[in-house]
Amino acid sequence: MLKIGVPSKGRLMEQTFDWFGARGVTMRQSGAEREYSGAVEGIDGVDLVLLSAGEIPRELAAGRIHLGVTGSDLVRDKLADWPAQVAELATLGFGHADLILAVPTAWIDVDSLDDLDEAASAFRATHGFRLRIATKYHRLVREYLTLHGVADYQLIDSQGATEGTVKNLTAEAIADITSTGETLRANHLKPLAGVIHHSQATLYRALNAPMDATTGTRLAELQLRLGLALPPGA
Amino acid sequence: MTPRAIGERLFAAFQAAGAVPVDTDILQPAEILLDLYGEDIRARAYVTQDPVRGEMMLRPDFTVPVVQAHMKHGADPARYCYLGEVFRKQDRPDQRASEYLQAGYEVFDRAAPEQADADVFALFHQLLAPMNLRPATGDIGILMAAVRGLSTTEARKSALLRHIWRPRRFRALLDRFAGRAAAKPVQTLQPSDAPLIGLRSAQEISKRINALALDADTPNLAAPEAALLYDLLTLQAPAEAALIHLRGIQPLLPAIAPAVDRFQARLNALSTHGIDTKTLPFEASHGRTSLEYYDGFVFSFHGPENLPPVASGGRYDALTAVLGAGASIPAVGGVIRPALVAQLGEVAAC
Repeated sequence: MLKIGVPSKGRLMEQTFDWFGARGVTMRQSGAEREYSGAVEGIDGVDLVLLSAGEIPRELAAGRIHLGVTGSDLVRDKLADWPAQVAELATLGFGHADLILAVPTAWIDVDSLDDLDEAASAFRATHGFRLRIATKYHRLVREYLTLHGVADYQLIDSQGATEGTVKNLTAEAIADITSTGETLRANHLKPLAGVIHHSQATLYRALNAPMDATTGTRLAELQLRLGLALPPGA
Repeated sequence: MTPRAIGERLFAAFQAAGAVPVDTDILQPAEILLDLYGEDIRARAYVTQDPVRGEMMLRPDFTVPVVQAHMKHGADPARYCYLGEVFRKQDRPDQRASEYLQAGYEVFDRAAPEQADADVFALFHQLLAPMNLRPATGDIGILMAAVRGLSTTEARKSALLRHIWRPRRFRALLDRFAGRAAAKPVQTLQPSDAPLIGLRSAQEISKRINALALDADTPNLAAPEAALLYDLLTLQAPAEAALIHLRGIQPLLPAIAPAVDRFQARLNALSTHGIDTKTLPFEASHGRTSLEYYDGFVFSFHGPENLPPVASGGRYDALTAVLGAGASIPAVGGVIRPALVAQLGEVAAC
């Protein structure tokens, strides 16, 4: 069986179903509305696995699913050396969001990474600890700040309501996903110039998933149906 | 020979050279390493949680704990050696080792730093001689002296010194101070009616705005000074030729004279050890990578390009001040990776 992992709820699931549906592959939840099992129609031998979007990168890396739909931000943040573990088959054109750094709007002297770096230096000298940036995207944010040579900061883990951390005095700045910027504004934050990552829903193929001849044929058939390039060697 | 056996041989050679064997804990408090290296160290060191001592790291190198131990109760002068595993996270599967032996040698001596630099390099050179490795040397002290000698504000000098180990940001700052890149336009700063949230106070914000205004009024670096700094960043030549070059630019940047004197003294000391300084490669920017703490002489020995250096080391006087709670002592040292020696050849019979 060719296993394809799809986000298990909400807009992301509906839009994924729509994307496949528009290409002649019908996906639906089987059983009760809240039951996490699904079915694929219009093509044989394909198994639908409904998963939390955040777990799909890990399942792809472990090779427990052959294909998976999730945000490109999650793949890049959760997988070390992601191009060695998954291949991007298609960007799906929805689920757009930008991973950005944000600081209090009242910091009128800080708009760029240069400013953030200088403010962090002064902050550390004044307060005796490194400027705290709250985020759940540790790898992406750290790589970005390292690349640009920003110093004197620390990452604080925040798995939700990240925009509230500055007001709650647990961080001085945040790095989070935003689409309209409304939550930022409501929390008196503004984005810094530069986007860490433009994220969107993406269809990935696991590079290290066990694949017998039959499953390989199924994958080739599915890719043909979806109008995607065939995997090398197929 | 196994890496362990090679390590033991190097360890014995370091002891024969007068070093006292020391050991350090594998579990190191994370805080001191984070203070030194910043968040970057998290990408390289294994972090774990101790129920009582808090965040700990698996020893990413020996230098920090050895310096700490020395600053607490070391003899003066002292030389130490060690042999043990270090741990470095690797972000790419099947690439470099994440756990490997290091055999190290560290010298704490106030008497003649350049002589100590040369002694350490010569010892490593002799131990690794049969392997025909490519040596590389540098001296971050010259670049630091050049920055300190610039005729500009203390703020600009300390901004450059703060990023001396981050070549990309250093370059960006230099471009700005030299007028090759645009500065932040202060006059466009708009007051905000947003409520001030978080720990950073209004006073801190206005202090930085004042600093920005001062910086905007600071003239660009004089063209000859800026040109010399760019020249230094790319200086790469055999050591003696590099010395002649530095003596040539010294009249234009007199502040580097003491650092160039030290460079010359080191080359003389290396010559008496039989090192050919006419061919010894020198790069003024060698060793300027993040997660480093060298502030003077730096060196490394390289095998094939696709492997990490077999040995590396340098001078780290400032680190002893940071870890010494007021005290400091000139220090130089280096490490050899026995597994790479095993892979590439043999060490000299010691």
